[in-house]
Amino acid sequence: MIEVINVYKSFGDLEVLKNINTSFEPGKMNLIIGQSGSGKTVLMKSIVGLHSIDRGNILYDGRDFANMSFKEKNIIRKELGMLFQGAALFDSFTVEGNVMFPLSMFSDMTREEKIERVNFCLKRVNLENVNHLYPSEISGGMKKRVAIARAIAMNPKYLFCDEPNSGLDPLTSIVIDNLISEITKEYNITTIVNTHDMNSVIEVGDKIAFIYRGQLWWEGNNEEILHTNNKEVNEFVYATELLKKLKK
Amino acid sequence: MLFENPKVIKIKKNYTRFIKLTKFANSKRKNMLKYLNEFGKYFMLMGKVLRKPDKAIIFKQQLVLEIDKIGLDSLGIVVIISIFMGGVVAIQTAFNIDSPWYPLYAVGFTVRQSVILEFSPTIVSLILAGKVGSRIASEIGTMRVTEQIDALDIMGVNSANYLILPKIIAAVVINPILITISMFLGIFGGWLACTLTRLVLSAHYVYGVQLDFRGYDVFYALIKTVVFAFIITSVSSFKGYYVDGGSLEVGQASTKAVVFSSILIIIFNLILTQMLLS
Repeated sequence: MIEVINVYKSFGDLEVLKNINTSFEPGKMNLIIGQSGSGKTVLMKSIVGLHSIDRGNILYDGRDFANMSFKEKNIIRKELGMLFQGAALFDSFTVEGNVMFPLSMFSDMTREEKIERVNFCLKRVNLENVNHLYPSEISGGMKKRVAIARAIAMNPKYLFCDEPNSGLDPLTSIVIDNLISEITKEYNITTIVNTHDMNSVIEVGDKIAFIYRGQLWWEGNNEEILHTNNKEVNEFVYATELLKKLKK
Repeated sequence: MLFENPKVIKIKKNYTRFIKLTKFANSKRKNMLKYLNEFGKYFMLMGKVLRKPDKAIIFKQQLVLEIDKIGLDSLGIVVIISIFMGGVVAIQTAFNIDSPWYPLYAVGFTVRQSVILEFSPTIVSLILAGKVGSRIASEIGTMRVTEQIDALDIMGVNSANYLILPKIIAAVVINPILITISMFLGIFGGWLACTLTRLVLSAHYVYGVQLDFRGYDVFYALIKTVVFAFIITSVSSFKGYYVDGGSLEVGQASTKAVVFSSILIIIFNLILTQMLLS
């Protein structure tokens, strides 16, 4: 479980996160949603430690991550997996090299064991016979799946996904969403997904945190979000004409 | 009228001057603070870089890869530049020796001294700053803007150490070898130019090259090379590591890496020459 307690973050005079209090449970798809510039990416980057917070606590199963030393943070980081918006695969490595990288860095597996694990992870994300291709030789959807495979290679306890559907067609988006959801439930991972894709929200949102102007504005699940009376949430959810018509 | 009063006009002029001066002083102060901030960031980055690697075997693999990229990939340009540089120095020296009192073996001597003391360590390092420095800055900068460095950090990898240390060690190891090859080729280029143009006899040239040879000159050149190699790789890596933005900023970082490395090479050339030769 990840708990975010009284978190504040500002860049210069601009206060981006204001008193965020929430928690994310394991085995659930925890979604952070909000408009562009609302602070959701900053919140996610603060949770994983890419941004240091000004005030507050971030607890990973009770361990105060925000106030740890660099060495202690690194122990927790080995329990994290992250899927970046642009996949962030290493260009100079093949697909196999990318998935194998965390295993080579942090495990004492033999080469055969590592290859076995890589093949298992790639198979889990429905990718086969791509081991020797470079990231530049595969499609956007495949890149995301390779990035998921890399993120789960070390059996993470916590999985973070920053806009996993950006740049993907609706069908591939659903495949990626379902894949993340299945992995989350199968391995009981605490997964946090940063998105503004309403399909994802409705399809897989077990818990949804709506961020508005740097504040936690609303919390609920994918059923509740469709029937809430919160004005800002409704404006966000029913932003398109199609959804407005469907609501009517 | 009040505004036409010469005293008022003078006060207004002085006030405008004062405002301009204050603005100028403020901008200088901001620039100074910016440079100090950059300076501090550079040393903090080096603090992260110069640590024990996370995994020795991965470091060795990276090191071999970097030796190939920094050293072997630069061999071609070093060979071409050194031969032609030595040839040009030989021809220019021969043409400038007008007096019959100057022995012709002075050409060989001059080429050797020029190549060993200055041309090979400094000029070749400046060229490597352009070739290697821009590659390093753009490679690391692209990794930054495509979040590959963030991915390393999230995994718990010391990204600065993983990416930069192999480059620095590779350059510090391979550049002295490149420069030694450059010295030989520069002197050979001079011999080739002299014999092909028949300006100086081969025997005279070879005698000049061997005349009054001091091993310390080579040592001095190699010390300079090691320092320049560190400057090229560390400054370029620093510029790439802190890129913020997109492809435009990566390009700018690459240019800045070459400019700053070149300026630092020239400054340290003077400092080291004063320290080691005086």
